[in-house]
Amino acid sequence: MSDSSDIAITVRSLGKSYRIGHLETVAAGEASAEGAPRRGIWPWRRAGGRQRLSSETFWALRDVDFDVPRGKVFGVIGRNGAGKSTLLKILSRITEPSTGMAEIRGRVGSLLEVGTGFHPEFSGRENIYLNGTLLGMRRREIDRVFDAIVDFADVHRFIDTPVKRYSSGMYVRLAFAVAAHLEPDILIIDEVLAVGDLQFQKKCLGKMKDVTGQGRTVLFVSHSLSTVNSLCDTCMLLENGGVSQIGPTESITASYFASSEETSGSSLDLRADPPGDSHCRMLGARMVDRSGESLSYANIDWEFGLEMTYELLEPSTGPVVPNFHFFTGGQCAFVTSPSQDPPVSPGLHQSTVWLPARLLNEGTYSVNFAATTMSPQCVHFYVQDQFCFQVIEDLHDVARHGYVHKVPGAVRPQLNWSLQ
Amino acid sequence: MSVTRIQPRRRLSFFEWKEIFEYRDLLYYLSLRDIQVRYKQTSLGVVWVILQPLVPAIIFAVLFGNFARLPSNGQPYLLMVFTGLIPWSLFSNTIGRAGGSLVGNANLLSKIYFPRLIIPLASMGSVVVDGLVGLAVLVVLLALFGVGLGWHMLAAPFFLLAAFLMSFGLTLIVASLNVYHRDFGYAVPFALQAWNYLTPIVYSSSLIPQKWLFLFSLNPTVGLIEGFRWSVLGGVPITSTMFLSMLTGLVGSLLIGMAVFQRIERGFADIV
Repeated sequence: MSDSSDIAITVRSLGKSYRIGHLETVAAGEASAEGAPRRGIWPWRRAGGRQRLSSETFWALRDVDFDVPRGKVFGVIGRNGAGKSTLLKILSRITEPSTGMAEIRGRVGSLLEVGTGFHPEFSGRENIYLNGTLLGMRRREIDRVFDAIVDFADVHRFIDTPVKRYSSGMYVRLAFAVAAHLEPDILIIDEVLAVGDLQFQKKCLGKMKDVTGQGRTVLFVSHSLSTVNSLCDTCMLLENGGVSQIGPTESITASYFASSEETSGSSLDLRADPPGDSHCRMLGARMVDRSGESLSYANIDWEFGLEMTYELLEPSTGPVVPNFHFFTGGQCAFVTSPSQDPPVSPGLHQSTVWLPARLLNEGTYSVNFAATTMSPQCVHFYVQDQFCFQVIEDLHDVARHGYVHKVPGAVRPQLNWSLQ
Repeated sequence: MSVTRIQPRRRLSFFEWKEIFEYRDLLYYLSLRDIQVRYKQTSLGVVWVILQPLVPAIIFAVLFGNFARLPSNGQPYLLMVFTGLIPWSLFSNTIGRAGGSLVGNANLLSKIYFPRLIIPLASMGSVVVDGLVGLAVLVVLLALFGVGLGWHMLAAPFFLLAAFLMSFGLTLIVASLNVYHRDFGYAVPFALQAWNYLTPIVYSSSLIPQKWLFLFSLNPTVGLIEGFRWSVLGGVPITSTMFLSMLTGLVGSLLIGMAVFQRIERGFADIV
């Protein structure tokens, strides 16, 4: 281990178990992670039942080890039920671990929800103090940053109005402003950027960058891979309560996609039962880069290819034209086919279409593969809903100007503008 | 640089009083919240706090003092009832209001870390404010009835503090168990009602026959009420049995309360 002063958070064999009763309707995954350890304080007694409660230990988190270096933004990703929330709750001391230990060096500010403890009857001013002290600030510290908070939230005129009369936007702005001005050494954040209007998000993102710029450590949990990608240096992938991988964000995101069920379609192997007819059949498809390596996802700035492998069984009556149909959000985005003449010789062929960087928007695309002969028209195969891939992007993109949500649309070309 | 170590707690540990002190501003704002919630948007506001003990005191004084002619040790019956109601309200309102405080603040407990003890402490704030208003009314009543000052009055804060601490201990027990079994929400008002009858609030313990007096005095709240009454009105001091059972009740409830709270505290966020 390196010098401990460079490490902000140390976690060693951390685990959290819950006892779940079989007679209770506790769903698997997230629901049981949040579930009660047991029904009562007397484990042998079950409220209102004659049967004995057979209980089972469920590990929401098990043997988790990692270090967060000081001054880094550390991302935690994982599917629902992977243990992200449990880890966050332990590190922010809301719940106690069952095994192991964690050591946090420096003042911690944890932000699991924006505006916790806001009281509707209180004025904006009073809520700033209530919320600030809840987050661990002293009154005189709040006095010092009070004006900055009001400025940031832009609620000057309403500062002495009860917050129940605030618009929801004002409410959220004020809540985030308080949290943003907490000045911890280590900030633990759970998806708080997804609030407020466009302008405000810009400010929040800017504030987050400020925080990391000042050498603070941030532990950031998110479901938004785009956000993680643009904010975090290092990332940890949690799977079934354990650490699956820790490393540079880019490679972790890749393996997240690779292991992901929804997107397991980014390579397709049909050799066992190739669809097609007596002329032509499809054997598989994958996502590739220029060097021919398989990809599991694409960044919006990457050029990448979709390669279809198919077999021509006999000299056909005419050229067999591969054509790929791209869908997103239930809509057909476009269909593409080669402009040159396709091969006609019997045997294995590979057709790859190259998608330039900055063509597709971020999001999930599904691709249907077809091979067609014209005059007379004959579709040899049309493989539907078996292949899809993800495009993600960096939120630091200058054209976003700080906007952090998904930009709508199937395509996102970078176009030239004239500005006067 | 502060180092926070997070690991499972095995044994009973002491409360981190230092940390609770660090969070004293939070205690202030949470208490302020509870107090404001009680009286904001009420037109009469503080008048309710005055009426709450005064109206029952007058009714009991008329019923028991004038009609039933129960003994009051030579004091005006109204004063006797009122001096009983002040420590009793402090005691029972604390348990009544703070007993549900952990459940009532579940959203805070499951989202933010702070010393959990702050929550029941803060909900006692409004009870203390009510108590102070009651004391002011008492002072007015004393002046109206022309009760003279005496050295015994110096003991009054002691008995109020005792009422506060004893109810604090019980509150910790009730508030913790409430998280696991909501039954306590129903049982507590009922138990307080019964306890009320067994405590000499609207009557004087001189009403109790001699052969039952010892048993009666084992109730720790008897010492609280009669002690406060003596310290304000003078007359016969409380018996040593009353005093000892009060002290035992106080120390016992505090110790058990803290032990229970500590034992259960770590699981709050998983349950509420």
